[in-house]
Amino acid sequence: MMRANSGLYERRRATNVVYMALSWVATGIGLCILGWILSELIWKGFGAMSLDFFIKETPGPGSVGGGMANAIIGSLIMTALATVVGTPIGILTGTYLAEFSQGSRVAPVVRFVNDILLSAPSIIIGVFVYQILVVPMGGFNAWAGSAALAIIVIPVVVRTSEDMLRLVPGSLREAAVALGAPQWKVIVMVTYRAAIQGMLTGVLLAVARIAGETAPLLFTVISNQFTSFNMNGEMANLPVTIFQFANSPYDNWVQLAWGGAMLVTLAILLLNIVARLLASWSNRTP
Amino acid sequence: MSADITVTAEPRRPTTLGRPVVRPQEPAAATQTAPKVVIKDVRFYYKNFEALKGINLTLPDKRVTAFIGPSGCGKSTLLRILNRIYQLYPGQRATGEVLVDGHNILDPGQDLNLLRAKIGMVFQKPTPFPMSIHDNIAFGIRLYERISLSELDVRVEQALRRAALWDEVKDKLHQSGLSLSGGQQQRLCIARAIAVRPEILLLDEPASALDPISTQHIEELIAELKSDYCIAIVTHNMQQAARTSDFTAFMYVGELVEHADTETIFTHPREKRTEDYITGRFG
Repeated sequence: MMRANSGLYERRRATNVVYMALSWVATGIGLCILGWILSELIWKGFGAMSLDFFIKETPGPGSVGGGMANAIIGSLIMTALATVVGTPIGILTGTYLAEFSQGSRVAPVVRFVNDILLSAPSIIIGVFVYQILVVPMGGFNAWAGSAALAIIVIPVVVRTSEDMLRLVPGSLREAAVALGAPQWKVIVMVTYRAAIQGMLTGVLLAVARIAGETAPLLFTVISNQFTSFNMNGEMANLPVTIFQFANSPYDNWVQLAWGGAMLVTLAILLLNIVARLLASWSNRTP
Repeated sequence: MSADITVTAEPRRPTTLGRPVVRPQEPAAATQTAPKVVIKDVRFYYKNFEALKGINLTLPDKRVTAFIGPSGCGKSTLLRILNRIYQLYPGQRATGEVLVDGHNILDPGQDLNLLRAKIGMVFQKPTPFPMSIHDNIAFGIRLYERISLSELDVRVEQALRRAALWDEVKDKLHQSGLSLSGGQQQRLCIARAIAVRPEILLLDEPASALDPISTQHIEELIAELKSDYCIAIVTHNMQQAARTSDFTAFMYVGELVEHADTETIFTHPREKRTEDYITGRFG
């Protein structure tokens, strides 16, 4: 066959080489930029890392030293609250879409709206929450910040939960139904169990997503120079603090901004690694 | 068995051409035991497609009835009507009557969960739940019975012994059911089905995904279980039907072509199409 049409074969080989080379170049560019960002971040951020960074509050203008304790605490509080609120809503909606919506006309609408929400610019969510929670409550507050983050969590979790539940083979559901199990028991005791790792992965990815969100927090909590546990008031958080400090004329602020950026990046990296481990673990026991 | 059957062989029993054949008597061995399931003029639709075109069939108690026929003939569909599992999917519906102990289970008022607790089903692919071997069995038992943990353990052991799996798993009851081999998983599924003490067992090609040794285990198990249950088995494997069943129903494109005791079907089929199928001329 090769002899019969070796011209064609040679041309295919050449095309193959060209496309292979282009793919390598494209991959190289992507990886270089990522490597550049990460190395810059670690180079500049590492200098900010010290015990003070974790235990001291953000410094005032013109002062020396300081840390990010208030921002770290605020970010943890709001991220946790947003996750706790957004996850059940997301999982239950995903469950509805995957398990209950057969033949329903509402489901495609829900799915479509969810996809829009999933790709909505987060600044719009910030403005929305500003209108419904900040203006009526008379000022920036951590409830509003958490709400904005929860609104970002929900569509991610809805999507991953539905996808993961749909991956559970129908035969497993049939087997449970054939034993006389009511639908809710089939879902809670069999389907969820089969999909749990994937769903958990989705939640972790949602957390990673909101950990670095800045725009919605700018419109809802702003920041706070001090450590605050008061949900009704302004609360410090890493993304907004980074935003403010990176633009400042003070060297120690800029330094802290680099440190904060590195901390957020490492946290997201860690979450992604855990999510990947969970996913590969779930693949081993389908 | 409908009007368009051309009877080529000489009919063994009087039949009425031109309308559904009403058998004057059931095959001889059926008279030894009461009919457990009576299927009367059952038709089945996937949306508007008629997949079963008026099936009449009786499944005797404590006997094995095999459904054979080429792919798409409706044998699995018929099985899936018996526990109404088809109702999980919108657009699928059945008409006619299926009498289980004289009670029509196609009645819309029939409680589906109770029906399914009474009729066990095993599927083509093993479907162990993602939980321990013990919990796989306990899941079904706990659905309808409130029993102590020690009693539960006894029932789990009974079911596993009945499914000839106990000796292989007794030391690892708390390992995942997914850790077992394919053949073991299938026996686990059979154990799970009989643990809830059903009266009827539906086996949908239970050995088609298994190796010959595991298949033999399953077939021995079927022979063992039929003393207690009314068993219906769908199979593509004609030898398996011949080995395991007392009665055989041959189906072809949504019709029941022939139903008789297994020996008769495999040695003196009444219909040309049955003979062609079992001798491998088509299908």
